Amino acid sequence: MITPRYHREIPQRYRLEAGKCQKCGEVSFPPRLVCPNCKSQEFETVRLNDEGKLLTYTIIRVASDKFFGTTPFAVGIVELNDGVKLTTQIADVDFDQLKIGQKVKLVFRKIQDEGKSGLHCYGYKAVLV
Amino acid sequence: MRDVAVIGVGMTQFGELWGKSIKDIFVEAALKAIKSAGVDHIDSMYVGSMSSGLFVGQEHLGAVLVDYLGQNPIPATRVESACASGGAAFRAAYFEVASGASEIVLAGGVEKMTDGADVTDALATAADQEYEVYQGVTFPGLYAMIANAHMHQYKTTREQLAAIAVKNHANGANNPNAQFRNLVTLEQVMSSTLVADPLRLLDCSPVSDGGAAVILCSMDIAKKFTDTIVKVKGTAQASDTIALHSRKSLTTLNSVVSAAQKVYKMADVTPKDINFAEVHDCFTIAEAVVYEDLGFCEKGCGGPAAEEGRTAIEGKTPINTSGGLKSKGHPVGASGIAQIIELYEQLTGQAGKRQVKNAHIGLAQNMGGTGASCVINILEAV
Repeated sequence: MITPRYHREIPQRYRLEAGKCQKCGEVSFPPRLVCPNCKSQEFETVRLNDEGKLLTYTIIRVASDKFFGTTPFAVGIVELNDGVKLTTQIADVDFDQLKIGQKVKLVFRKIQDEGKSGLHCYGYKAVLV
Repeated sequence: MRDVAVIGVGMTQFGELWGKSIKDIFVEAALKAIKSAGVDHIDSMYVGSMSSGLFVGQEHLGAVLVDYLGQNPIPATRVESACASGGAAFRAAYFEVASGASEIVLAGGVEKMTDGADVTDALATAADQEYEVYQGVTFPGLYAMIANAHMHQYKTTREQLAAIAVKNHANGANNPNAQFRNLVTLEQVMSSTLVADPLRLLDCSPVSDGGAAVILCSMDIAKKFTDTIVKVKGTAQASDTIALHSRKSLTTLNSVVSAAQKVYKMADVTPKDINFAEVHDCFTIAEAVVYEDLGFCEKGCGGPAAEEGRTAIEGKTPINTSGGLKSKGHPVGASGIAQIIELYEQLTGQAGKRQVKNAHIGLAQNMGGTGASCVINILEAV
């Protein structure tokens, strides 16, 4: 992942910035240029609520080369309290504790290292509440 | 638009074709299709490939393959819709003939996955790179999350998912072009290595090389070339959010529902009229969900349908008589075309031990990613 590409996503990955449609109120994460609900193109930047619940999950036992050495790890789809859904790793968890409906919150963590330079790449992961 | 016929098909063996390049594989399939159709030329061609750039470092694939097929200077275009590339290429060829722009068009698909690329990483490009793949999620992982949600919502069982793999291997055992012609048992599926819980190795379609091609022409001239003709009765495509997490439901694939509604309308049929179908079983759970979303049963009955034998060759609606992606193999861009080939063989009575009785109308459902794109084609015996 080259640096400009990483840099562009920092507001979302570090600060959970989303776009709230000025017309219908739909919150898009990441922000979009067109509201998927009402097609409006006017947004304000909002920060997501960092707590929510687990809608589904899996344990990745076989990963791409980029994540070699980090398996097994848990990944889930989380619905935050403001209704936004996202895919995230679930950190610091005993896999037996995972269940659908579990309360979680998002925390700031290292996600991966960039291939050639080894640059640390950060973002959010979920932990059980 | 005028009526369009499929008049010939050809495919390579699916599997690990170490000695063959992407060019060799496509040309072999295309030559077989041209010979099968009995045509002396083609006017145009479309080739579906998901990721020749990542798998073999080759883009501009239409130009490469038409050159090696010895068909310059006809137009040749690569079509990409991830795992639905083959179905989308067929659809493009259909419109070119239906519109009257061309008389004879080849629709092909090819993928060469064993030339050393990080296959898991390449396949993951069919999902949202920044907001799914960045977190380390894989395709088995995404479908595993659908499976977990489906098991939670509809009480689908591990055994029911395993029954889908058992059935598809039983069908593939009778397909000479299938990658895996071995039978598997319920116990073998359920004790195979975990890939992404609850999905195990034998729930997953394999990494494959392979090519497939079909020849389409206007129905008016089809009889000039051959007596084994199949009519294209309907075609439809639909889209959904690229990220699985953006959807209202994690257990319904809206692109499948939407494309199904459109294709049934165009073909003037209902699910009850479909005698058999090839569906995109990249993972066992996908077959269960797609079976439901095509309207073959109520939501939640995809698992029980397989377990009770309703989707077996002798069942009410046979699904994946070719062995499906699971057993036949899944050279991604070729899969949608290989589905059309199975429909053609069934509808012309050439499916041998896999032959479905009274096969009159068949459906092929091909999807990209976690169903962000879906192409459905319906073919009818003539």
